[in-house]
Amino acid sequence: MIINHPLLGPRDSAEFVYLGDASLLNRPDPETASPKDWHDYGYLRDNPAGDLRELWFHEGGDRSMLVVTRNTLTHDITSVALARDVALKLGAAL
Amino acid sequence: MRYSGFKVIKEALTGHKGWKPAWRDPEPRPHYDIIIIGGGGHGLATAHYLAKVYGQKNIAVIEKGWIGGGNVGRNTTIIRSNYMLDGNEPFYEFSLKLWEGLEQDLNYNAMISQRGIMNLIHSDAQRDAFIRRGNAMMLNGADAELLDAAQIRKEYPFLNFDDARFPIKGGLAQRRGGTVRHDAVAWGFARSADSHGVDIIQNCEVTGFRIENGKCLGIETSKGFIGANKVASAVAGSSGRLMAKANMRLPIESHVLQAFVSEGLKPVLPGVITFGAGHFYVSQSDKGGLVFGGDIDGYNSYAQRGNLPVVEDVCEGGMAIMPIIGRARLLRMWGGIMDMSMDGSPIIDETHIEGLYFNGGWCYGGFKATPASGYAYAHLLAKGTPHETATAYRFNRFETGHMIDEKGMGNQPNLH
Repeated sequence: MIINHPLLGPRDSAEFVYLGDASLLNRPDPETASPKDWHDYGYLRDNPAGDLRELWFHEGGDRSMLVVTRNTLTHDITSVALARDVALKLGAAL
Repeated sequence: MRYSGFKVIKEALTGHKGWKPAWRDPEPRPHYDIIIIGGGGHGLATAHYLAKVYGQKNIAVIEKGWIGGGNVGRNTTIIRSNYMLDGNEPFYEFSLKLWEGLEQDLNYNAMISQRGIMNLIHSDAQRDAFIRRGNAMMLNGADAELLDAAQIRKEYPFLNFDDARFPIKGGLAQRRGGTVRHDAVAWGFARSADSHGVDIIQNCEVTGFRIENGKCLGIETSKGFIGANKVASAVAGSSGRLMAKANMRLPIESHVLQAFVSEGLKPVLPGVITFGAGHFYVSQSDKGGLVFGGDIDGYNSYAQRGNLPVVEDVCEGGMAIMPIIGRARLLRMWGGIMDMSMDGSPIIDETHIEGLYFNGGWCYGGFKATPASGYAYAHLLAKGTPHETATAYRFNRFETGHMIDEKGMGNQPNLH
């Protein structure tokens, strides 16, 4: 599998560490979250057969975190973005 | 029809004209007491124990393809009960005991072979961990035996004992572990369930659940609506996909695990060897092929095939511990889809929807659990309470903090 890194170009997926569903970027607000919110965030997954947005950490490269949209049936990758940009768009604090 | 040696001889002398199909091929009835979704090992075992042990009638098993075409036909056939934690070990030991009596129970030759399993030790720390595990096993009535390098050398002289990185310092053996002819497990359970009146309906895909006012009334299928008092999912690997039809999110990700078999060789491996430090394990099938595997590919996948980096990793592991494997040619490799759960342990539980039950999250350890999984699931479906060996396998353990995490990896399914 080749991941088209936004900064470095096409890289072998073996250089990356897989960290799962990109919904992990949507961390509940610690001020208001209930235990159930944390449970759902930490443990429940959509697990679709088809397109999945997921986090790949470029451990063997520039150590950036990417959000990769990949099809779990075909392994086709349709989009790659820096997780930092995605999180900022979601309104995460720096 | 009971199978026996006499029957085989009689049929051999009369041209094999008296054999009948091992199970019927019925059309679905409009309503069942219990519908089991998934005609794999666990689903068929559930049907068998529901009918035979718990005296339930009016049961159907619904299968999208053909029975035994999923993970029960794709695994590496190993049985063992060498777990450590209290939530797991009594369950897997119960499973191993059921395996020991299974062929008599089913009147079916599943080629169960207790040839032993050996976990290799390479360091003092690993020996300490295995001693602890062996003690936990024995406390739960399982067998465990600590071996030193000389004892292993007697049984497996061809292993790479003096490797610089992973020298073999000993091993933890479970002599009652072994291998089983995996397809025969599905067929044996199917035949027995069918003979107790269970309808096994193949080529029937579940397309949805009919849920009204928080109660599951039945399933929509490619053969129409089928009503049921209780609907029980047993589709590990595809649990996420199926339960999404009931709007449930699960503490599970689906991952692909690859397995490999070499060309047939003369007997060389007496038992099962696991080289955990190098992510490799191997046994030899009765046909002679070396059956081996390693880690999951590591990212979510519903594709029943793996990618090459893991092939390389597994073969490196094989060469590292057992250099003679390099002379054998790889014959086939394939992939199966695992329900990887958030703590590496399974779930057998009711759901928040009345009448809808769930069995899944088996990670890559589902095959050895087949009989106990069926037994415990049948108990839950018939009695409404968890079986005594499966009380820890509840959904709510992730809310209450009672995870059963053998490897201590936390909520990252690809690390279990």
